[in-house]
Amino acid sequence: MNVILKIWRQPSKDTPGGFETYPVADVSPDMSFLEMLDVLNETLTQSGKEPIAFESDCREGICGTCGLFINGRAHGPGLGITTCELRMRRFKSGETIVVEPWRAKAFPVLKDLIVDRSSFDRIIQSGGYVSVNTGNALDGNTLPIAKTKADEAFDAATCIGCGACVATCKNASAMLFTAAKVSQLALLPQGEVEAQDRVINMVKTMELEGFGHCSNTGACEIECPKQISLTHIARLHREYLKATFK
Amino acid sequence: MSLDARIPEGPIQQKWDHCKFEMKLVSPANRRKRSVIVVGTGLAGASAAASLGEMGYNVSAFTYHDSPRRAHSIAAQGGINAPKNYANDGDSIYRLFYDTIKGGDYRAREANVYRLAQLSGNIIDHCVAQGVPFAREYGGLLANRSFGGVQVSRTFYARGQTGQQLLLGAYGALSRQVHTNQVRMFSRTEMLDLIVVDGRARGIVARDLVSGKISSHMADAVILATGGYSNVFYLSTNAINSNATAIWRAHKRGAYFANPCFTQIHPTCIPRAGESQSKLTLMSESLRNDGRIWVPKQKGDKRRARDIPESDRDYYLERIYPSFGNLVPRDVASRRAKEMCDNGYGVAGGYAVYLDFADAIQRDGKDSVEQKYGNLFDIYHEITGENPYTTAMKIYPAPHYTMGGLWVDYHLMTTIPGLFALGEANFSDHGANRLGASALMQCLTDGYFVLPYTIGDYLAKPLPHVSEDAGKPIEREVTDRLNILSNASGSQTAMSLHQKLGHIMWDKCGMSRNETGLKEALNDIKTLKETFQKDLKLSTPGQTLNQELERANRVADYIELGELMVQDALTREESCGGHFREEHQTEENEAKRNDENQSYVSAWAYSEKKEAVLHKEALAFDHVKPTQRSYK
Amino acid sequence: MNNLSCVLKKWVMALSGLFLCSFLVVHLSGNLFLLNPDGGALFNQYANFMSTNLWIRVTEIILALGFVVHIVLGMLLARQANQSRPVAYAVSPGNETSSFASRYMWLTGAFVLFFLVVHLKTFFYTMRFGDVPHVPYEVVKAAFESPIYVIFYLISFFVLGWHLRHGVTSSFQSLGIRHPKLKPWIHIFGGLFWFVIPLAYSVIPLYFLYFHMWG
Repeated sequence: MNVILKIWRQPSKDTPGGFETYPVADVSPDMSFLEMLDVLNETLTQSGKEPIAFESDCREGICGTCGLFINGRAHGPGLGITTCELRMRRFKSGETIVVEPWRAKAFPVLKDLIVDRSSFDRIIQSGGYVSVNTGNALDGNTLPIAKTKADEAFDAATCIGCGACVATCKNASAMLFTAAKVSQLALLPQGEVEAQDRVINMVKTMELEGFGHCSNTGACEIECPKQISLTHIARLHREYLKATFK
Repeated sequence: MSLDARIPEGPIQQKWDHCKFEMKLVSPANRRKRSVIVVGTGLAGASAAASLGEMGYNVSAFTYHDSPRRAHSIAAQGGINAPKNYANDGDSIYRLFYDTIKGGDYRAREANVYRLAQLSGNIIDHCVAQGVPFAREYGGLLANRSFGGVQVSRTFYARGQTGQQLLLGAYGALSRQVHTNQVRMFSRTEMLDLIVVDGRARGIVARDLVSGKISSHMADAVILATGGYSNVFYLSTNAINSNATAIWRAHKRGAYFANPCFTQIHPTCIPRAGESQSKLTLMSESLRNDGRIWVPKQKGDKRRARDIPESDRDYYLERIYPSFGNLVPRDVASRRAKEMCDNGYGVAGGYAVYLDFADAIQRDGKDSVEQKYGNLFDIYHEITGENPYTTAMKIYPAPHYTMGGLWVDYHLMTTIPGLFALGEANFSDHGANRLGASALMQCLTDGYFVLPYTIGDYLAKPLPHVSEDAGKPIEREVTDRLNILSNASGSQTAMSLHQKLGHIMWDKCGMSRNETGLKEALNDIKTLKETFQKDLKLSTPGQTLNQELERANRVADYIELGELMVQDALTREESCGGHFREEHQTEENEAKRNDENQSYVSAWAYSEKKEAVLHKEALAFDHVKPTQRSYK
Repeated sequence: MNNLSCVLKKWVMALSGLFLCSFLVVHLSGNLFLLNPDGGALFNQYANFMSTNLWIRVTEIILALGFVVHIVLGMLLARQANQSRPVAYAVSPGNETSSFASRYMWLTGAFVLFFLVVHLKTFFYTMRFGDVPHVPYEVVKAAFESPIYVIFYLISFFVLGWHLRHGVTSSFQSLGIRHPKLKPWIHIFGGLFWFVIPLAYSVIPLYFLYFHMWG
């Protein structure tokens, strides 16, 4: 199959960017979207043109490094997948595919399709952990945790920090990301001790980093490659209120 | 230089306690005056950096990722072993020790492995305290499952994402230290060289991957936790950016490289779909619990899997190994699959075998299979476009883990004083073959519970003063090297040269090796090295964010490392674990060890002018007597 | 109010929104007197009570405050959202990932505000502060004899419905009220507000227009 790519090119953070069009021929439907970009990049290098900068690492949907906005969809069409898991068979031959970087004030573009997501790290740094030093732990089975709670905490903990929730949210809100961590730790007795400070600090950092608020559109839940539910945002709201009116 | 592994005296059960008592300590007040650089923020690096930060050391952590959370530890699926004996099935530290030594085909150091088994229980406790959501039973207690190669249930897991959950736990701990400025985090910064002053590791030269700025960072000790080098094969289950540059540069500065040819080829990966394939995806080993592996009896059978009747199928693992069947260890399963394909029985273009769930679905129902393997089937479906519930899966082995790495002593220190190596980057615990669910265990033991103690012994002794400029000459070397690369104007891209290296390594230094092939490989690699120097092409201008330059620099190191792997494979005149030399096999085509002459760790010293020099650390097995593994 | 975190802003948005919804119910029940075929006697009585009773006057102020809070916070949040994405996408997801109603709350909200101003001018202002004393029923009747005015009202109720379609159920989420068992009830409650109530409101202008044109 053949496709036409309209790709955002931007030399650096402070230089303006724009779309460039690249036709790619002989694409195999079994190729991943990123492999198709690899092929395009090889051709670009061969012809002395600068290849497109885009990020990926594990290429199996778990590290959260990749993330492209493809035809208006975070990680492209399809549910529960990351960009690296997207295969070309989801597109039609001859189709024009528009590829953009994640767009958010808190995710500035570094080059072409690469954005800086260190704001996520700072949200976690402000409280997304249990303050326990190595060597302090009790036996793992000292505190029983109901299976349903452990499972729900796990569902929240599967967040890969890719930023699709922010990318697709009309407010560029990082609420699903923040809530996933708050909810995971609030569900576990180990995390409960610091639950109140955690939620207040993480939400505060989220706003300081320039993310928007949550208006419950649910787009994040749909685009999340790990299908993390809005239930966790509701839990964040409850935790926040508990912390405010303690 | 003779190799001193610094194994403590005394019975194996007390070696670690002895060691801890004998080691010097750095008082809490002095720790903040001691600086440590940690390169890599995967399980080993993040856990070490966090623990050192908690203790009060002045830590700088480096990663080429945009965030510590991206490290490839995140992709580990299965689980983590610990001899808690929660399953009440007779597990013990000694049994885990025994299984790991045996699984490693008797090429690991007993003392290290015993300590690993001893400390692994602490990991589970610590990770639970961090809020890692391990799988639990209905009673609220931790769940265990069994894993390949052992007879007890000792594997703790978090669905199929154990590596992710453990890494996020360590990442949280690291983030906490970053928040209090105890650890300075340098993300998107790649280590390109090691600074050695007066024989001691005193810092690193690193490149800011966004601005392109090259700078030196000085410290009292350097820790490398930079993972393995399976990407020498080009196609592997490793992440695209996983690379060997940090350990290879350390090696070139004097750290010995141990057992480079010990690589693990995982049997159950999704076969490659075409020339443009960029990586291989692992399908958890657990699939072999219910799936049956087979090939058509007739060479080049063009029929669809489901149209081939039972009588025309060869369930070769069940045929050759009636007692273990499809559950033979990874190395055996991989080698047999390759053998079948090499003999012309492969399917889907010759490079795949079937992994069939039809029987399991018929026996237990689709729901039961879906419950156990649903997410894996979905991944497979997404990638291949084929539905594994109705069509047999196709699998093929792929490079997955490298047991080899920098040589370290019992303190995890390399042959360069002050340079430590942790996790997959060292060689210490897995011998010639790693058992499932033990990579996570080793990384976290090293990072949380071993290094924080042993590094104190090094830092407690006075270190000579080093000027801030000591790294400048190396900084210039690195700059020159990158300048040459970025001006390369030949005709071949770094990626295509990497692909060529991958072909050489896979064909001649892959699942089975022989002298002729290895010698050819040495020549091929020499030629490739010249091609790389003469004909490399880069077209991204400038030194700022330049992914081509990053790749070219890594490929240059892969080529040199590939050469050493081949050399090592050539010198090791036996078959053991992942290293199968066709000259050394039993009549039934099984690996034949040579315990009399080859029971050693090969530790290679780099030489600028000549070939690498082999040093041998003899292995003694006082507790586990080496026997021939049999799975018949 | 801008010092509140976005979570608290949304919490206040939800509470004020639900409070305004309760007003919709009260207002509608009063307005239904208009449909009583007594030439407006009952309605006039009710309107007089509403404009003279002291408690109602106090409630009116709280109501007005509710509006102000809801509107100001809405504007602050919309501004924050706007600043969070300085460069827009060339291709937007549209309805593939979220509903139209949820994405355009600021737009439907602004329209409802415009309607509110017109509505207050026509009825509240005329009845309360008009130069000459007015009979409430006659004011309503006169207003709804204009087809254009009626169409404007119908559109407004339609837009209000869209606003409430997301707003009501979303309030529960913002308040952290979410449970699989509650889900169907929240949906029924939401449906009452985005469908039943705007429809009931629409009946009134249509009723007057119908009798004016064909009665």
